[in-house]
Amino acid sequence: MTDVADPIQQTAPEAPVSAWDRVKLARNPKRPHTLDYLHDLVADFVELHGDRTFGDDQALIGGIGKFDGRSVMILGHQKGSDTRENLKRNFGMARPEGYRKAERLMRHAEKFRMPVITFIDTSGADPTLGSEERGQAIAIAESLVTMAGLRVPIVATVIGEGGSGGALAIGVADRVLMLENSVYSVASPEGSASILWKDAAKAPEAAERMRITAHELLEFGIIDEVIAEPAPAHENARTAIRATGQAISRHLRELIAAFPLHDDEALDRLVAARYTRFRSIGSWQEESAG
Amino acid sequence: MRGFFHRQSKFQPVDPDENGNDQSIPDDLWVKCPGCNELLYSKELNDNLRVCPKCEHHFRLRARERIAMLTDVGSFQEWSSRILPQNPLGFADGSGTYEGRLERTQRKSGELEAVIAGEATVEGKPLALVVCDFDFLGASMGSVFGEKLVRATEAAIERGIPLMTINASGGARMHEGLFSLMQMAKTVAALNRLGAAGLPHLSVLTDPCYGGVTASYATVADVVMAEPKAMVGFAGPRVIEQTTKQKLPEGFQTAEFLLEHGMVDLIVSRDQLRVMTASLLTHYENARVVAAEASAAVNAEAHGEDIVVSFHSMAPERAPDSAQTGEAL
Ligand SMILES: [Zn+2]
Repeated sequence: MTDVADPIQQTAPEAPVSAWDRVKLARNPKRPHTLDYLHDLVADFVELHGDRTFGDDQALIGGIGKFDGRSVMILGHQKGSDTRENLKRNFGMARPEGYRKAERLMRHAEKFRMPVITFIDTSGADPTLGSEERGQAIAIAESLVTMAGLRVPIVATVIGEGGSGGALAIGVADRVLMLENSVYSVASPEGSASILWKDAAKAPEAAERMRITAHELLEFGIIDEVIAEPAPAHENARTAIRATGQAISRHLRELIAAFPLHDDEALDRLVAARYTRFRSIGSWQEESAG
Repeated sequence: MRGFFHRQSKFQPVDPDENGNDQSIPDDLWVKCPGCNELLYSKELNDNLRVCPKCEHHFRLRARERIAMLTDVGSFQEWSSRILPQNPLGFADGSGTYEGRLERTQRKSGELEAVIAGEATVEGKPLALVVCDFDFLGASMGSVFGEKLVRATEAAIERGIPLMTINASGGARMHEGLFSLMQMAKTVAALNRLGAAGLPHLSVLTDPCYGGVTASYATVADVVMAEPKAMVGFAGPRVIEQTTKQKLPEGFQTAEFLLEHGMVDLIVSRDQLRVMTASLLTHYENARVVAAEASAAVNAEAHGEDIVVSFHSMAPERAPDSAQTGEAL
């Protein structure tokens, strides 16, 4: 394992990686998933299960662990790296139970003044009869409500696929980071293509046109940092995980310095700053009243 | 109430939309009801709030039709009407640019965007109102949608009045990419502030309501109402069938299905919405007045002041004819 990339790659101006290439990299089953990050970056992890209402969703996991010397709440979508694990993890597509568990654990974190770290890695929320019956839309909405008002710092990182409301449900954060080969989109490229052109096979075109790559989203000001992958994360997982850990640590330290966790007035300002952050996202023009 | 909305409706007749839905039916046509297949005389339908007199099928309405139907005559004042969409992604496809698409949609629909916001009174009670127009790109939620809703929410807080949203949407606006997704967080965050100000958000789910709108502000309101048989969900039935090959049960994702599964507070037929809205607003106002009176009584004793409190007593410039606080007190 080395940080020094191939000199030819390093001097190359910009690797010609298309948005669709990024999607394929983001979906590579050998790419590190949330549990891999936990394994390398977090000590004494205690997984906490269940939504206290219906079940425990293995597609969205959470618990308390020690990160950067501090006890934090960690939440993340969990994909499998093979078919068997993917069946158990529902391919990282969380059900309402998953979002309700996440929402519960965020309130738990707030109660004990623990920062929240989330790992986003889902093609979207589970679209099935059962999830609809149990209120998928409301479970996501309630998680958004809680995150928008949560009185502890939140750092979210898109580590693979960030697909639609199922991704945003753990993404309303003070800092949003993306790995270089991750993507974040309003709907999966297949879903977007099917909505736009009634043809899911045009997913590569949708990936291109919808500006879903980390660098594009940084330019839009929607995310805060792109974590470089000198080699794609599935080829050099430890380097990608370490760089991610360093980035999260830096942002978390900044947030805690600006909004100390013991200071109630500072935590009010934190929530206000998060409001301002999301309040300002949008693109419109305004004609003066005539 | 009968014939009420037709009389004050000012919307322009327009062509059928891409899906062939008629948007404004002149009085002298026959319309086939999709609910019972009966032929209905359109005047009869219009006079009945566009609800089939035979089977109570609720026809879809344009936003301005809903506003006219719900609010007191002449009370609606539009807000943020000049916030216009633009093309942050530089989106274009085989059928042209997003700007071109917007222009065609604006011309055809007579609207500049997919929501209309403003303030009005319902049975004399003031409220901020945000209404989706499904004929504008399926009332998809993009930047302007989010911004208008947030501004209306902030204005409601400033004026101390409740907010009602009347929702119909196919989901997020694809052409604005992640900007659209972020409107879910933005709207929900604004509504948190409305709640913190002690002001209610009433949401009405109408046919059809899916995706980003149901997965954000519309379903976490203080009261969630739905029109009879409205289709409401996160993922659409077609997507679910394609992904899971599941056979979906009869009545899946209808308002009645949602009520049965505990997802909405109540189903309100179109002709009852005004009365229900006024009734709910009266309850919140009463509760607020009683609570404020109790705490004010202490102060009043100390300062010898008369106390009048209501949702809109904070509003600096209220029209003189709008309902004052006497009724609630
Ligand atoms: Zn009928």
